[in-house]
Amino acid sequence: MQARTRFMLAVVVLFLLMTGPFLLTALIVWVETAGEAREMLVKVLSPHLTLGTLLTAMGFAAGVGVVRVLFRQYVQGLLRMSENLRLMLGANRGFRVQPEGPPEVQQLAVAANELASQRDALLEDVEAQIARAKASVELEKDRLAALMSELTQSVVVCNLDGRVLLYNNRARAQFRALSEAPGVAGGGELIGLGRSIYGVFERNLIAHALDTIQQRLRRGATQAQANFVTTTRAGQLLRVQMAPVLSLAAPALAAAAEGETAGGQGAEQGDAGVVGAADETLPATAAAAAAEGAPERTLTGFILMLDNITRNFETESRRDQMLHNLTEGSRASLANVRAAADMLEFEDLPDEMRTRFRKVVRDEVQSMSQRLDQTANEFADSLKARWPLEEMFGADLIAAAQRRIEARIGLPTKLEEVDETLWVKVDSFSLIQAITYLASRLSDEFEVREVRFRLTAAGRLVHLDLIWSGQAMSTETVMSWELEPMKIEDESSPLTVRDVIDRHDGEMWLEREKVRHRAFFRILLPAATPQEQAEAETYLRGESRPEYYDFDLFAWSEKSHALDDRLLSELSYTVFDTETTGLNPSQGDEIIQIGATRILNGKLLRAESFEQLVDPERPLAPESAKIHGITSEMLRGQPTIDKVLPAFHAFSADTVLIAHNAAFDMRFLQLKEEQTGLRFDHPVIDTLLLSAVVHPNQESHRLEAIAERLGLTIIGRHTALGDAIVTAEVFLKLIPLLAEKGIRTLRDAREAAEKTYYARIKY
Amino acid sequence: MDKKVLIADDEQNIVISLEFLMKREGYQVEVANDGEEAVRRIRASRPDLVLLDVMMPKKSGFEVCQEIRSDPEMAGIRILMLTAKGRDTEVAKGLALGADAYMTKPFSTRELVDKVRSLLEH
Repeated sequence: MQARTRFMLAVVVLFLLMTGPFLLTALIVWVETAGEAREMLVKVLSPHLTLGTLLTAMGFAAGVGVVRVLFRQYVQGLLRMSENLRLMLGANRGFRVQPEGPPEVQQLAVAANELASQRDALLEDVEAQIARAKASVELEKDRLAALMSELTQSVVVCNLDGRVLLYNNRARAQFRALSEAPGVAGGGELIGLGRSIYGVFERNLIAHALDTIQQRLRRGATQAQANFVTTTRAGQLLRVQMAPVLSLAAPALAAAAEGETAGGQGAEQGDAGVVGAADETLPATAAAAAAEGAPERTLTGFILMLDNITRNFETESRRDQMLHNLTEGSRASLANVRAAADMLEFEDLPDEMRTRFRKVVRDEVQSMSQRLDQTANEFADSLKARWPLEEMFGADLIAAAQRRIEARIGLPTKLEEVDETLWVKVDSFSLIQAITYLASRLSDEFEVREVRFRLTAAGRLVHLDLIWSGQAMSTETVMSWELEPMKIEDESSPLTVRDVIDRHDGEMWLEREKVRHRAFFRILLPAATPQEQAEAETYLRGESRPEYYDFDLFAWSEKSHALDDRLLSELSYTVFDTETTGLNPSQGDEIIQIGATRILNGKLLRAESFEQLVDPERPLAPESAKIHGITSEMLRGQPTIDKVLPAFHAFSADTVLIAHNAAFDMRFLQLKEEQTGLRFDHPVIDTLLLSAVVHPNQESHRLEAIAERLGLTIIGRHTALGDAIVTAEVFLKLIPLLAEKGIRTLRDAREAAEKTYYARIKY
Repeated sequence: MDKKVLIADDEQNIVISLEFLMKREGYQVEVANDGEEAVRRIRASRPDLVLLDVMMPKKSGFEVCQEIRSDPEMAGIRILMLTAKGRDTEVAKGLALGADAYMTKPFSTRELVDKVRSLLEH
């Protein structure tokens, strides 16, 4: 409290100035007068002494008042202003100092604001130029990310420590299926940037595959890949293909990430490294490099391509079972029929026996027919899996066919009846080609001027009708259309319409609607069940491009640093918040919601979040619903804390925990340690304390106040996840402000936080 | 004395033919409808030959065969296994477990009769 000491000093000086000269004069007069004169002096002065003291005291009080006002306005006001100015310097550039206090201070504020505006204008100019330069790099990155997210195969890229650097949507959906607690964490505890792949796969399995790859690389193999099949803890069967990520520029990468701005520059360089590495894996380059004895490429990571073959495996087992039933069942039935038939040939067979043998023959033949039908039906389903058919929204298929017919042959099209709920299983390219071909022959040979589409359901099948008005052709013509290779103007295909239909295991025929003077081709196609909701959900979360990749991790080796000496900007964090039944955990208040998100290498990973309501197993005070909006109805049927905490523990494994007013939330977690056997002994960072470290002179360190001060817009406050996200954003803004104060590592942050006043509050 | 034949099969539609066939050949016939019953009847009435189906409820033909062969007192009983499984491996297993002959369904009744006859003559 330096300012406070100075204030006290000023008061003491004022006191001395007011009383000092008077007392000194009195002392001199006292010393110089003697005897009667002194007695006289006392006699004259003493009645007025009280008044004099009183007046002096009043004067002093007035003086202190003035000093205080001056102190507030000039010293404290300026201190506050300087904090605000610092805000303008970094965290919240749009912030402007409110001119207040005496005119001089106000003028200073105005001048500072003008300076800031000028700086902003300059900065914006520079930023615009940087943005232009960055755009092309971003484009590359986006292309890669888009490519990854659209792939239908799951891809996970890891560094040599087994940390995940990149994964795509498909992988995310797949890991959801692998999760042992899908309802709670949704696979988020298994896959996430910076998480260890060894949570899913045996370490030895990966090590062995890497060994195989290394060996193949040494032999100069053109495609150094390894394959393995494994079962996961949740009992799923995965086929994994592993490919190496090779790099010549590994040292440069490491250097880039050493820098403090791991978020910005490092990312781009790391990114470029991956693209480069991908190029190098091309067989030709690899072989050439090996042949010329070029500098050895180092393995910096690996790519896993995952295939969940549990279902394939099940399909195959079912097929086996079916085949088995068919052969064995038929053998037995045949034996029965054959034996009975043999018996029927005996001339001496009594009539009663003859009737019984005939019945045996009839029954067995009937059961064999049934078995055959059943097998044929089931086999039809599994046969369809052979040709790679994709599931497609029926209306989309029709729309694509319409566009193509109109563009290629200029024939107008219309929709008749299209069932919007239908999904089909098709090879859309060849099917649209076939439809276009039929339309073109109709237009060329029968002068049809318009075709219409109809799409209707028919049990397990879908009817796709191509309708036209006018005469119908002969069956022979239809046959020739079906069997000739397709040719539309200059575009020809080796396939026939029949081939395409067969590929779908479908059928096609011509029907006439005599009354309406129309005819149509009906194509029977297999229907598909609508695509899973779960996958769609993963696409929705996170508005723009989800943060599914982080190449900075290529340079990250956990073993190289103890956590305490790591920079705040390079740690991985779980930022969380809880909603509770009340404020006193020791008196039985319980958690009712946990929300969390992650920060990795200075980036907020919104898409990797955790949000779960918890049944507190105790009544909820109705007034508390006003704060968090959670009612007891919402909590009914939710998992209890002993189900949720293990998932949250796994979600937060290997990270530093962050919470606003962390002591409160940690207390709730720690009180459950005995019950769940899980220790939350992670390092903990409290944004409330860090804010107090950065801005000691601000009155409020509530989350809203801090967020506003740092120029953050708040959405979704007072849900656990909403608050966790705001807290994470606050923390990211605090990192550079802390660095200005020399607080860079986890240890620095913890020590500084412990010193602040708020640290004394204990729950 | 007439030879005794036990038919062990759970499918009535084949049992009826086999029973008729064996009786017609002049054998005494007994029927068991599952594995356990087969073992019980074999122990009780000591047939000369068993027509033993592999796929039966309670105890499979393989188990029945094994049980009988483990008892030296019943060493003289001939076993002809019948099966709907056509795989070579299963034929090998049946013979290894002590069956005297093996026929895969469907079979010709003439061949079956010939086989039974030849087994009982030895």
